[in-house]
Amino acid sequence: MKRFLGFVRKEFLHIFRDYRTLIILFGIPATQIILFGYVVTNDLKEAGIGILDNSKDEITRSITAQLMASGFFHLETELQSESEIDALFKAGDVKAVITYGDNFSRRLTSEGVADIAIIADGSEPNVASLVTSYASAIINDCIMEIATEKVIFRIPVIPEVRMMYNQEMSSHYMFVPGVITLILILVCALMTSVTITREKEIGTMEVLLVSPLKPVQIILGKVAPYFLLSFINVIVILLLSWFVFRLPVKGSLALLLAECMLYILMGLSLGIMISTMASTMQQAIFISFLGLLLPSLLLSGFIYPIEHMPVIYDYVSFILPPRWFVVIIKSIMIKGSGLSDIWRETLFLAGATMLFIGISLRKFKSRLE
Amino acid sequence: MNDSIIIVRDLVKRFGSFTANDRLSFDVKRGEIFGFLGANGAGKTTAIRILCGLSRPTSGDAFVAGFDVYRQSEQIKRNIGYMSQKFSLYEDLTVRENILLYGGIYGMSRGDIRYRTEELLRKLDFIRFRDTLIGRLPTGYKQKLAFSAAIFHKPSIVFLDEPTGGVDPVTRRNFWELIYEASASGITVFVTTHYMDEAEYCDRVSVMSAGRIVALDTPAALREKWNASSVDEVFVKIARPAKTDAV
Amino acid sequence: MRTILCLIRKEFSQIGRNSLILRAVFIVPLLQMLILVPAVTFEIKNVRIAVVDNDLSQTSRGLINRLGSSEFFIIEGYAESAARAEQVMHSDGCDVIITFPAGFEKEITNGGVGRLQVIVNAINAVGAQLSWSYLNAVIRDYNMAITVTPDLTELQIPPPAITVSNRFWYNNMLDYKYYMLPGILVILVTAISFLLSGLNMVKEKESGTIEQINVTPVGKYQLIISKMIPFLIIGLADLSLGLIIGKIAFNIPFEGSLLTMFLGAVIFMTGLLGLALFISTFSDTQQQFMFIAFFFTMIFILMSGIFTPAESMPDWARKFNIVNPVAHLMRINRMVMLKGSGISDIAAELKSLTLIAIVFTSLAVWSYRKRI
Repeated sequence: MKRFLGFVRKEFLHIFRDYRTLIILFGIPATQIILFGYVVTNDLKEAGIGILDNSKDEITRSITAQLMASGFFHLETELQSESEIDALFKAGDVKAVITYGDNFSRRLTSEGVADIAIIADGSEPNVASLVTSYASAIINDCIMEIATEKVIFRIPVIPEVRMMYNQEMSSHYMFVPGVITLILILVCALMTSVTITREKEIGTMEVLLVSPLKPVQIILGKVAPYFLLSFINVIVILLLSWFVFRLPVKGSLALLLAECMLYILMGLSLGIMISTMASTMQQAIFISFLGLLLPSLLLSGFIYPIEHMPVIYDYVSFILPPRWFVVIIKSIMIKGSGLSDIWRETLFLAGATMLFIGISLRKFKSRLE
Repeated sequence: MNDSIIIVRDLVKRFGSFTANDRLSFDVKRGEIFGFLGANGAGKTTAIRILCGLSRPTSGDAFVAGFDVYRQSEQIKRNIGYMSQKFSLYEDLTVRENILLYGGIYGMSRGDIRYRTEELLRKLDFIRFRDTLIGRLPTGYKQKLAFSAAIFHKPSIVFLDEPTGGVDPVTRRNFWELIYEASASGITVFVTTHYMDEAEYCDRVSVMSAGRIVALDTPAALREKWNASSVDEVFVKIARPAKTDAV
Repeated sequence: MRTILCLIRKEFSQIGRNSLILRAVFIVPLLQMLILVPAVTFEIKNVRIAVVDNDLSQTSRGLINRLGSSEFFIIEGYAESAARAEQVMHSDGCDVIITFPAGFEKEITNGGVGRLQVIVNAINAVGAQLSWSYLNAVIRDYNMAITVTPDLTELQIPPPAITVSNRFWYNNMLDYKYYMLPGILVILVTAISFLLSGLNMVKEKESGTIEQINVTPVGKYQLIISKMIPFLIIGLADLSLGLIIGKIAFNIPFEGSLLTMFLGAVIFMTGLLGLALFISTFSDTQQQFMFIAFFFTMIFILMSGIFTPAESMPDWARKFNIVNPVAHLMRINRMVMLKGSGISDIAAELKSLTLIAIVFTSLAVWSYRKRI
């Protein structure tokens, strides 16, 4: 036992002396939080719009003014004809062109027809659909307003909306849980796979194996400091999101931390498993980083909801632990769920951890034979 | 011709508060085999790195092949060969590829490279290893190869930093055959080692202890001066007081 | 110069022997693109509505039918009470709750206003916003339909027929794959190239072979260039492979000029690799480099515009993006591939990329020390 503790102590010292890595380790979540919190949003702001106004009358100008006053759009240019659109889109500053037909006011007031077209640049579909839906909404409201001044009509059904769980409609709610999910698994898997593979590459692994330390103790000793580091990381992230974004933890903090610890364990065991497959550090880094980065970012459900993906991805993401953890963490932080709500996901994480450890043990034993 | 090809005067190298080289002064004569002895940690590697242009001195003067280590280190590099403790051959390249690389870097013509490669392989009896990865060769072979690669471009001086670590005495002896050959062809050999028996193979040796040169002469002269039967004994007599200081 | 060629030949010999990495470099992008590209969409589809109908009238049912038959919504089920419905939302059983109050139809036929209570799960703020606006669109249509139906006794003047037509150029099906493929490809090529080049340099430092180079007359410029060119070639090969996959597997259009795209790619890679080598000067171990690489690539990727259009970012972020090579390349790729933009259109991005390339490469060379 004393040997084991001595070994663990050496591993701790090894890590804590490496200032550069430590700084980065804590710098990464901090910057991520800031990035996701302030930068990665999908709110529209000052999207460039071109106006092709064939009527140029009071009403068209008033609609245009309303659009620009909304804050979502920015008048980039006024066109004279449709033939200009292609070049404008190609140059990239104009995201959509709004065309008014000729005799717009007359047709609206006498025939009740509003001839407006929104032509959007589809090469960025998310911008395009936001622009068209925001612009349509504003245009429709404008026209309703104008029409009510001139004509009597009634709107029978009026919906009133309440945005649940997120009164201020801030995007942070979506992303902070995702940041924790992404960072933890990447860092844990990277760190452990590299540290174990390093011993293999230098050749000191053999030295460790012939020492009185049991293999299990070696692995545990290597992994223990990273467990602590990751846990501290989680605390840092939670504190940051609380102080910077006022993101509360609606549910039980203890449950949240416990689930985080489970997730960290899963990440560490994944790293161990990866280290059994790699013989050099470069390989370990490649497998961990490339293998986990995009799938965790895109398929875990925190930026792109899984419900909106083709059905098959429900099954594909089934085997991705981040997908489950995102659910857990969102539920606890935002909905205030308890263990009874998320026991299925928790079980899955635990199962994944045991699977990784099992595979690692088997590969380790076969190597020794 | 006994002109000095390496001239060192009051060379100092400090790392923070630790002085690795403390006012070293010595000459190395053209064509000689100069042994730079000392215990581990005495400052040998530091000095050799300065002479090779891998490290800047803190103060003092040093000239290698007539070039100033401060301002003309790149010219020095054109005229020297170097073999480090780690042998520094690329483990994932073949014998041929390694030689080809260094030949090209030193500006040898393709024909020259090809000719001398075959010559080298024949001499070392490595023809069967031409396309073997360095990583697969035993240490003794790697050493010989590293040395041969270091003098491949026929430099005027070759620096060897602990070249014979980790092999048995017979292999070490064989290695020194190569050094003799190189010296006979006119290459000055500057070799550091902590194996005191290798001192006997050198024309002159210097003994370093705790950053200072405590003796410099031919092996025979040293033995006589200190009344010892081997340079090893000489070293023990000189270096012991300093050794306890270093601890 | 011959020295550079010798060094490059050595690099390729080494890379060629590293079969696992070679395979990873080409297979990983292939696999990930095939799997990830079709997955990522931001469309609003299959939004689940739980209905609490306390009115059970023709009017309420009429609206419910309309919602159910729209392509955006699914009527997930009916709840007996608002409280019950909220529980369902809580356990993620639905995304939207619509409650019709008792007396809904009566209000309307009496000339008043029928008020609906709508609750939207806003954890995904933008999704919620879009769902809400589609919901409004359906309700608007319904409003018009009710008003003109002869069922109602009063004759009302219908609200104006607003034809706001939407057309999407270059991508009329608004296929997200067209957008995501260049993005994912660039991310992969960035990560791979950055890691390959940086780790390579750090490994030479760790194993000591770099010392053997430092002791030769090889110049700093020559060394850095020889460490960049092999990985530049590999990166471009990766990019090409990705584009081919895009064409074959997803039929992504390629409207513009291949040459323009590759011009952008070459300048991009130069800058990226320059940065990687600059950072490698300060890393003593592969682990250190890995973390720093992680740090930078994450920042570049997140701010690149793949998840978030540049128009949505705050000003300071947009300014930062001037030095973000990934953002520029993504824009260039997208513009050239989908819109056929030409060199003059991407001139600004090319300029920035060139500046980045010059700065980072210079930093890499300047910071490299043959002598410590």
